Amino acid sequence: MRHLLDTKDLSLADALNILDTADYMGEIGQREVKKLPVLQGRTVVNLFFEDSTRTRLSFEAAEKRLSADIINFSAKGSSVSKGESLKDTAQTLAAINADAVVIRHGASGAPQRLAEAGWIDVPVLNAGDGTHAHPTQALLDAMTLRQFRAQTTGAETRGLTLEGMRVAIVGDILHSRVARSNLWLLTTLGAQVKFVAPPTLLPVETEDWPCEIFYNFDEAIESGVDAVMMLRIQKERMHNAFFPSSEEYSRLWGLTPERFARLDAADHETAVLHPGPMNRGLEISAEAADSDRSWVLRQVTNGVSVRMAALYLLMTGGKSADFYPGA
Amino acid sequence: MTKPSTYLIKGASLLGEREADILIRDGLIAEVGADVSSPEADIIDAKGLIALPGLVDLHTHLREPGLEDAETVETGSRAAALGGYTAVFAMANSNPVADTAGVVEQVYELGRKSGWTEVQPIGAVTAGLAGERLSEIGAMAESRAKVRVFSDDGMCVWDPALMRRALEYVKTFNGVVAQHAQEPRLTEGAQMNEGKVSAELGLAGWPAVAEESIIARDVLLAEHVGSRLHICHLSTKGSVEIVRWAKERGIDVTAEATPHHLLLTDELVRTYDPVYKVNPPLRTEEDVMALRQAIADGIIDIIGTDHAPHPTESKDCEWACAANGMTGLEQALSIVQKTLVDTGLISWADVARIMSAKPAEIGLATGQGRPLEAGEPANLVLVDPAATRTIDPQAQATKGKNNPYRGLEVPGAVMATFYGGHPVVKDGKLTTPVTHVGN
Ligand SMILES: [Zn+2]
Repeated sequence: MRHLLDTKDLSLADALNILDTADYMGEIGQREVKKLPVLQGRTVVNLFFEDSTRTRLSFEAAEKRLSADIINFSAKGSSVSKGESLKDTAQTLAAINADAVVIRHGASGAPQRLAEAGWIDVPVLNAGDGTHAHPTQALLDAMTLRQFRAQTTGAETRGLTLEGMRVAIVGDILHSRVARSNLWLLTTLGAQVKFVAPPTLLPVETEDWPCEIFYNFDEAIESGVDAVMMLRIQKERMHNAFFPSSEEYSRLWGLTPERFARLDAADHETAVLHPGPMNRGLEISAEAADSDRSWVLRQVTNGVSVRMAALYLLMTGGKSADFYPGA
Repeated sequence: MTKPSTYLIKGASLLGEREADILIRDGLIAEVGADVSSPEADIIDAKGLIALPGLVDLHTHLREPGLEDAETVETGSRAAALGGYTAVFAMANSNPVADTAGVVEQVYELGRKSGWTEVQPIGAVTAGLAGERLSEIGAMAESRAKVRVFSDDGMCVWDPALMRRALEYVKTFNGVVAQHAQEPRLTEGAQMNEGKVSAELGLAGWPAVAEESIIARDVLLAEHVGSRLHICHLSTKGSVEIVRWAKERGIDVTAEATPHHLLLTDELVRTYDPVYKVNPPLRTEEDVMALRQAIADGIIDIIGTDHAPHPTESKDCEWACAANGMTGLEQALSIVQKTLVDTGLISWADVARIMSAKPAEIGLATGQGRPLEAGEPANLVLVDPAATRTIDPQAQATKGKNNPYRGLEVPGAVMATFYGGHPVVKDGKLTTPVTHVGN
């Protein structure tokens, strides 16, 4: 694995390697001294062309726990309007001998371009690009779903797949890099993905996508789900006629108290996930968000672990077995 | 012309049909036949070469005035000559826009001075390409540039009332409106063809219907007002069906396809390499095949290159902020050979029709696209169909390095281009331009 740009090209072995490593990193996070010296003397650049305090904090925590030196470069506003800035920035980073670049960008494909255009030759880690991909988010979701499965079955997380798990991803699929990256990764891990959205918020040609598509949230629930992942909806979408009003959106596609009660009453346990930040009362009710079915805070914790794992694997060429001798 | 000379082309295959010698004297084809001899002529051995009338491109962006870092009339004309073109129509989206007699005369003069190919300016339909009011259409038509083709290319003449008026008004001068068919509301922020690939890549889509709905509207408008209409760079299967319907109905519409839309598909966008970013966007394999068939069926009338050079920095960036467009003057004939001739869909005589005669007819370029017969202007090209070459954007005459065929091996090579009886290209290389005397 040279870069982490997307989850589509990850094999099952790659995915398990990252997730098993992340489990170990999660154990580090429980210790009093939360540091590993594996990236000592190496420099990681956090290149954020788009604001995201949460993701940046998570990456920074991961880098610090791996003892890396950190350079934060925030270039908000210089993205799409001034095209040359990505190349210039890349060349600057190459000149200061950065060892890896974490990039968040509003333009789909910018991380791939950074990795492949020949401007800089270091591992590139996609921290979210446009409406394309957000691989570490999908990995932290998968890590969370493994923990959920381990909890309900009593199995160990390490080596666990998501075979047969039914995961509904609900909301603005069209504009969601989280949905896309989860589609590929969860499918690779054996899960059955169900997308739930109004037709306006789905791409036009998804026949080849390995998922079932529902316009009706209730029908999706009736078809059986083990986890629901609620996507953040932007209120501005209603001004472009994607839906008539936030009230209607909430009523038809929100995890309302009534729907949540129905999930809760099912004969099996259901996990509720959300990539955050949540719009309580819009796509997710407070009841659902704050219930003990909610894995939202575990997702945040797991975010640091998968980012540690990805950085470790990309920058050292290591593997999960490094941490599980004899396994 | 200065230095009118005599050239004798020996043993060329006329339109790939029959072998003959061609004698060129004083800018004209003096004689065509077997065993022509002329003691004073420079002999050009054309064994194995195909002679075609000089190519005519109805859709070129020469960028001058104003965007000289992308291309100039001089560099674009050199590229044209190397590509076998003896005439190019320069699109109006320069800076200032070619919407006045002054600008079109400037471009026309620059073309005459450079002397590698005939440069015929296209005038904007609307002032500043803004789509609000008509440009100085009459003044441009009556200028020394004698503009007959009007286009807001790059922008669609979207307002249906304005489009109707433009179609009517240009009839005064027997002009034609060349429409860039793109419904603007359906393509806001569009980055690539809307389909399977855009869904995965998370790039905003440019739906086929945005092109097709404008074409449907415009053929009906053209029918209603009895005007002729030209559709630029048609790119979808659905557009072909609409044009087919319009032609069957007797509507005076002509359609154009670019070489890149005959070969490349949106699968290439998976690289996120902006060299593949173009408007209209690369479509699907199904569209590509439909365009090829439409050319064979005569539904699409001509090849227009949409040669669109850009400075390197406009493409050396992330996809979303890259400029639309790709160069193509120097490969057009090879791509046509690869996709249409070598596949058995059309003959070389058809190539002469779609790349020379018909575009000249649409653009009213007198002296271009003529048959290879005695008495005709000596605008012709010699092609080696057996050659293969690997495309190197750095080795081209155009300033634009934004070439989507880099590294691709293609068939066919232009060995000579005669423009006004003068070999501006010989042995596949530029020689000297034509020097115009007088006005
Ligand atoms: Zn155009």
